[in-house]
Amino acid sequence: MTTGTMPTVEAKTATMPRRHVLDLDDFNKAEIETILDSAEAMRGVLGRDIKKVPALRGKVVLVMFLEASTRTRVSFEQAGKMLSADVINISGSGSSAEKGESLLNTALTLQAMHADLIVIRSPQSGAPYFLARNLDSVSVINAGDGTHAHPTQALLDLMTMRRHIGDMAGKKVVIIGDVLHSRVARSDIYGLAAVGANVVLSGPPTMIPLELLRGTSEHFPDSVTVEPNLDKAIEDADVVMALRIQKERAAGGLLPSMREYTRRWQVTDARLARAKPGALVMHPGPMNEGIEISSSIAHGPGSQIEEQVTNGVAIRMALLYQTLAGAAHAGPMGVEL
Amino acid sequence: MRRVIGRMSHEIVERNRGADGVMLVGLQRRGVPIAQRIAAAISEFEKVDVPVGALDINLYRDDLTSRPQPLVRPTELPISVEGLVVVLVDDVFYTGRTTRAALNALMDLGRPRQVQLAVMVDRGHRELPIRADYVGKNVPTALNEEIQVRVTEFDGVEEVVLIEHEGEVLS
Repeated sequence: MTTGTMPTVEAKTATMPRRHVLDLDDFNKAEIETILDSAEAMRGVLGRDIKKVPALRGKVVLVMFLEASTRTRVSFEQAGKMLSADVINISGSGSSAEKGESLLNTALTLQAMHADLIVIRSPQSGAPYFLARNLDSVSVINAGDGTHAHPTQALLDLMTMRRHIGDMAGKKVVIIGDVLHSRVARSDIYGLAAVGANVVLSGPPTMIPLELLRGTSEHFPDSVTVEPNLDKAIEDADVVMALRIQKERAAGGLLPSMREYTRRWQVTDARLARAKPGALVMHPGPMNEGIEISSSIAHGPGSQIEEQVTNGVAIRMALLYQTLAGAAHAGPMGVEL
Repeated sequence: MRRVIGRMSHEIVERNRGADGVMLVGLQRRGVPIAQRIAAAISEFEKVDVPVGALDINLYRDDLTSRPQPLVRPTELPISVEGLVVVLVDDVFYTGRTTRAALNALMDLGRPRQVQLAVMVDRGHRELPIRADYVGKNVPTALNEEIQVRVTEFDGVEEVVLIEHEGEVLS
């Protein structure tokens, strides 16, 4: 433990347990801090010789990924196994989804098998909400839905920042790239707003939500601003976060060319020099080295990219534990939408 | 409380013929400051520094889904428990279930030579075949009573109180 994060105030524990984790837009600072504290304790388990505790013995966790993923899928599986839950993986191909079974019918089938929790990654925005509304005895954790939300990624980002920076209030976080299609950016924005950080978005204007460009945003917190010029945006930043650029976006007309993107928005040594000394460099992965981030930065001293992965396991352990341990005491199963 | 801790500290040193190879491990949360007090007392009269650790047992409980979601606190041991005499320190000794969980948690961290148990208050009502080696005070209680050991670090005062819950039986 590099930072002194042991909670001393009892009031921190007074958060209501949740049955589902769908997005961070309704989390307050105290609840986020509680999850990060718990994740710190989980990181301790991760560092032991015997990386297993019996906390979730006899619980069944289904990890359903309808979209490609390495780190998120593996880290949920590892998190579940280290807490002694029985983890079952389901992918889009090879399951009845391939035969055309609807998501609801698949989920009802899994509920009938007495699963306790479903972790879902889906290309459809809103799919986890749909499950949470329609299943009455299963908890749901969103592992990324379409272009909407990726709350566990945002929490591991917040954990990484807190470990190195401490209190994020008033700190400057620059998020660079395709914010428009990024569920990571969206959840990070809500999480960072909750802990009081200022967020500056930088990228091609075609990849920034229009309402933010116009300054008429009702859906985003006030702490978010836009600066398309990365050289300006990065000035005095405490955290520099590059997003993955999907190469097919160039073909879709959102980008003039990859070469132009690289020239204007790649995180390079020269640009990083304008940020605060010791600024953290983060990336949700998988990286396109040489496109949104230069190799020297991705593997340089400020890079937290591997620590993000470690923290991801700890965060997912904390969330599995809290949703399953607290489930019997949480409010009604359905979500208000 | 100060005198009770002094006596327990002497008992620990007497039983182990000194304090070499002894580690005190407090159970989160109130066991931790009590372990620190015992260590301070031992270092005062025995002139040896006894290592003190903190153990969180929430991930080892057997009643996970029957209580509100507990906050997991860090487990921090200054040195490996391998080959040491580990004295587990807790505030209130009741059903024995916490001690059972603590033993499992401890065994996952290594193989101590011996494990002993020190408790500030023994209130009876054991549900498991577990006994304490060092007891600060025996306080026979009814099931609708609650014992609270309060320490300066968390409660601002140092005291042991008995609270009666009318008509309500604490499980």
